[in-house]
Amino acid sequence: MSEITKIHAYLSLSGLEPLVVRPESNFINVGERTNVTGSKKFARLIRDNKYEEALSVARQQVENGAQVIDINMDDALLDGVQAMTTFINLVQSEPDIAKVPVMIDSSKFEIIRAGLKCVQGKCIVNSISMKEGEEKFIEQAVICKSFGAAVVVMAFDEQGQADTQERKVEICHRAYKILTEKVGILPQDIIFDPNIFAIATGLEEHNNYGVDFIEAVKEIKQRMPAVSISGGVSNLSFSFRGNEPVREAMHAVFLYYAIKAGMNMGIVNAGQLAVYDEIEPQLRQLCEDVILNRNNENNEATEKLLAFAETVKASGKTEKKDLAWRSTSVEERLKHALVNGITDYIDGDTEEARLKYPRPLEVIEGPLMAGMDVVGDLFGAGKMFLPQVVKSARVMKKSVAWLTPFIEEEKLANPDIDEEAAPTILLATVKGDVHDIGKNIVGVVLACNGYKIIDLGVMVPTDKILDTAEKEKADIIGLSGLITPSLDEMVNVAHEMQRRNMPQPLLIGGATTSRMHTAVKIAPQFDKGVVHVLDASRSVTVAGSLLNPEQKPQFLENIKAEYTKLAADFASKKKVKEFLSFENAQQNKAAIDWTGFEPVQPSFTGVRTFENYDLSEIRKYIDWQPFFISWELHGKFPQILEDPVIGKEATKLYHDANKMLDQIIAEKWLTAQGTAGFWPVHKTAGDTVLVHKSETETIPLQFLRQQIKKAAGQPNLSLADFICPSPRSSEIAADNNLSTPSGGQGGDFMGAFSVTIHGIEPHLERFIAQNDDYNKINLQALSDRFAEAFAELLHEKVRKELWGYVKEETLSNEELIQEKYQGIRPAPGYPACPDHTEKYKLFQLLGGEAQTGIHLTEALAMYPASSVCGWYFSHPESKYFGVGKIQEDQFLDYVQRKEMPEDDLRRWLRPVLE
Amino acid sequence: MSKIKKLLQQRILVLDGAMGTMIQRHKLTEADYRGERFKDWHTDVKGNNDLLSITRPDIIKGIHKEYLAAGSDIIETNTFSSTSIAQADYDMQSLAYELNVASVKCAREAIEAFVAENPGTGPKFIAGAIGPLNKTLSLSPDVNNPGYRAVTFDDVVNAYIEQIRGLVDGGVDVLLIETIFDTLNAKAAIFAAKQFFRDYPEKGERFGNGSDGAPVMISGTITDASGRTLSGQTLEAFYISVAHASPLSVGLNCALGAKEMRPHVSELAHLAGCYVSAYPNAGLPNAMGEYDELPEQTAGFLEDWAKEGYVNIVGGCCGTTPEHIAAIAKAVNGVTPRALPVVEYS
Repeated sequence: MSEITKIHAYLSLSGLEPLVVRPESNFINVGERTNVTGSKKFARLIRDNKYEEALSVARQQVENGAQVIDINMDDALLDGVQAMTTFINLVQSEPDIAKVPVMIDSSKFEIIRAGLKCVQGKCIVNSISMKEGEEKFIEQAVICKSFGAAVVVMAFDEQGQADTQERKVEICHRAYKILTEKVGILPQDIIFDPNIFAIATGLEEHNNYGVDFIEAVKEIKQRMPAVSISGGVSNLSFSFRGNEPVREAMHAVFLYYAIKAGMNMGIVNAGQLAVYDEIEPQLRQLCEDVILNRNNENNEATEKLLAFAETVKASGKTEKKDLAWRSTSVEERLKHALVNGITDYIDGDTEEARLKYPRPLEVIEGPLMAGMDVVGDLFGAGKMFLPQVVKSARVMKKSVAWLTPFIEEEKLANPDIDEEAAPTILLATVKGDVHDIGKNIVGVVLACNGYKIIDLGVMVPTDKILDTAEKEKADIIGLSGLITPSLDEMVNVAHEMQRRNMPQPLLIGGATTSRMHTAVKIAPQFDKGVVHVLDASRSVTVAGSLLNPEQKPQFLENIKAEYTKLAADFASKKKVKEFLSFENAQQNKAAIDWTGFEPVQPSFTGVRTFENYDLSEIRKYIDWQPFFISWELHGKFPQILEDPVIGKEATKLYHDANKMLDQIIAEKWLTAQGTAGFWPVHKTAGDTVLVHKSETETIPLQFLRQQIKKAAGQPNLSLADFICPSPRSSEIAADNNLSTPSGGQGGDFMGAFSVTIHGIEPHLERFIAQNDDYNKINLQALSDRFAEAFAELLHEKVRKELWGYVKEETLSNEELIQEKYQGIRPAPGYPACPDHTEKYKLFQLLGGEAQTGIHLTEALAMYPASSVCGWYFSHPESKYFGVGKIQEDQFLDYVQRKEMPEDDLRRWLRPVLE
Repeated sequence: MSKIKKLLQQRILVLDGAMGTMIQRHKLTEADYRGERFKDWHTDVKGNNDLLSITRPDIIKGIHKEYLAAGSDIIETNTFSSTSIAQADYDMQSLAYELNVASVKCAREAIEAFVAENPGTGPKFIAGAIGPLNKTLSLSPDVNNPGYRAVTFDDVVNAYIEQIRGLVDGGVDVLLIETIFDTLNAKAAIFAAKQFFRDYPEKGERFGNGSDGAPVMISGTITDASGRTLSGQTLEAFYISVAHASPLSVGLNCALGAKEMRPHVSELAHLAGCYVSAYPNAGLPNAMGEYDELPEQTAGFLEDWAKEGYVNIVGGCCGTTPEHIAAIAKAVNGVTPRALPVVEYS
């Protein structure tokens, strides 16, 4: 960030999360229901000390989209200070509510002060004014400033409330000068409320109040551009109490003009706002006349609106009953079930909706999609977390499954009906890779947002991806992969898309992918847009931007500029790193003192297999943190269960996972199979270790070495450094006497292992059949955890017993997770030994697919996907490291040693070659 | 303009490192903490590190001098817990004011001795350390009663006013509200500072900072990878909540090592209208609860931040030592500091 940063003076508020009011921000909805003067229900709850229920009113507002909540306890029957303190303290312990800023609303300053003492975020004080004179105004403003609150200033002075445009502007300007010059409040922290008064009251002097407000707003924003403008909109239509359709129309029309003039926030019931464009034209016209005071000689416009109001009154909406959700309309029930992920009633409710709507498809397009829109919005706004969204999707899928036979039936009856299709996104895990948890999550989240998802599954060849995309007219293609060779495969897909001149933008995701790799390697291959998507939650906005014809060009332009810069930075940084020659790097190997080294003899040589290993034993070794990460819940375990924001969801997820673990074990869904082997080894050259598989068979392992220039005293490591060097390597290489490898003469031992979890497929299929992505993803994630835990368990067993080089080890699971043990178990293809092709040798040593139960794909991914393998090194100084980038000299040497075609090897090693 | 502001325009300033880690090295006993004056005190006082400013000023001064020699421009007073609320753990609440004055004295004398031995060395500053308290205003200690608070806002403000009075009377150059895990406690400290200088405008004159009195540095703590404070705020929400202090700097310290802190420092560098500070722990603690990140490693991270233009003030928190500070000072020496952002009104 060499350039000077620019910071805009915008009104910035905060709860647990920030709310910055930018010029392009939409109108800020301040929730009005937690106000004892405005809501009888809320007042009753507070008076009866039912704070828990009162909290749910606040929560509901936030769920309904309030970006700030107004809290008011001005009631003659209440101890306002105590009620404000109690309620706000409770709100602060509810992350779902506390994430939004609070507007502390009272006509008594002591109550405002009490509220300010309870909120860590930046609040709004509503309100202060000059009605009791300048001195009092300044005193209160100073206190607000000491608490860091923004202030709503009413257009009110010693003479009273301002009603005309001129008075409104004059008072606001006077207050502005006092606040900014005498008190030192920043202009952007000032919110003027220039008073919205009732119009169409029948009194002619009230007729121009709407115009006065709108014109005053224009002038205030012109003279004091940094301030915000707010107001209580419902006052406007006071004379139409009881006639909600007319009131809503008046509010919508008024806001349409006031917002254009510069009003940017207001206390409104967001759920009850009519959309300007959707107001019945005659009503809209009448509202405009009244609000803008047009055609209103002798109250003409007012009379007309009153007359019209009589006609809509009869057909007005009936008020919704305030009962538990089961007694609401079927649409509301469906929405509630979707947002809350409740499947209990979904079949019955779906059937009810199907009977209500003319066609089954309309149930999907209507109430179900409306509910999923809410889910999508809440997720996008960080108000729902991934596990909740996936549960919502489960409800959706179950409902759709109920409707599908009816839709099919209808199609048979009317084959001509042509449906307008939702945008289609094609997802696939690339050839050679078997990992798909992340891709499945992306699929679910995108489906929740109304996209049609075609999921081609795992190990999908390029041609199949591209052919299907063309055939199904996909709008976007998304690729996923976890292992490093998949990166190359993605480059290949992009290349092919360019060659075939395909129009779809390409999304890239998965654990090994990165923005940098996408920018440097993939994006240059394809010019219709390549976007790296960090996680499922980003996929929605990215897909949205790409499918919006207006946004797409700019979006891709921005991405392109960003990637070009990244690529340029990458190219320029590349040169900065210094590398040693391979020879010098080899000389700077790990300085391990081998004098007197005696290798520990394993309890056996050769391979031992572990069939059907006890899952309840493995379970104890589970590292939960990655499990939560696969659900995009980030944090340490077990602290994550107490996290103020995601703790609740994490705890639910944890319980569900443990319940499933119980079931997996009790009902034997999965089986664990492992192998471990040890062999005498000799080092035959700096980076080559010869494994004596049997008396007649040897396998040379080749390792790569760090080549980057290290700080003085820091070695350039290779895994081979952790094997005792051999003083007479050539003789020993020729000498196949295995019975007595011993220290000091270059003899040493190495091991290898594999673990895998079988049996997941039928259960996944069952969940798929049940449309239950939540349990499907949970099962996949748990199966992965079992594999990792088994690897951990087996490694411990190796250290303490099978190899037995630290028999007395006592480490807790946490210490195991932190890799506190002696020795390492690096896997081919991972940072310490990045060459995947050494995996062939590992599996050859362990007895191949027959013994290990693991199939290697052409990209050297392991199937079942929940599998882990690796080498065992036991030396106390062996440690995990990353080889990093290697240079051409090492590469050429490596080609010689591997006896593999140079081009093949170059492809495999591309990630570590510059 | 105050001297420290002028200097911040020119270069990156270096804070000191951990006080507690250095005190541990002395392996002090209960008797050391008590000294002559508190030999009959009715509770154990071992662990009350702030008390050492009274009972073993030689040790505290010695630590300050080691940091000055390592290259610290700003040293923090030994007052992390010198409030009546925190001292109540040792029943020493009545000593709060005296502890602050005594700690500033240690720092001042260390600087005087160091300058005398190293004439021509640059200006050195004393930051009055204001810690987060052992009681918190946003969280209930009782899980069954989420509306309960163990302490009131007014109690906290009063405790901080007393501390600030001691620090200002003792002669600090800036106030440093640090290790903030509950923003509301920090807001109480900000409130206290504003209140104090409103009540005693004459005590604020010497700072050359207008009616605001002493310049205030603010340093929050992001507790884990979620990127939030313990009280649940995101970094941006935290910054917005304390910006009204018109701070000299806003930054981050403690809980994380430099490696984990980097994305947050980067974010803050783009958000903050004031100077940015950062003083991470020496990595994350190992299984033994010890910090084992080497000075060069810590310095390497901070050098990267400096070169990226993220920071104006750097130093170390838990586990860092004079060796770390020396490495950090060397690493950021000559690197252009982050330029103050331009504020645009529109």
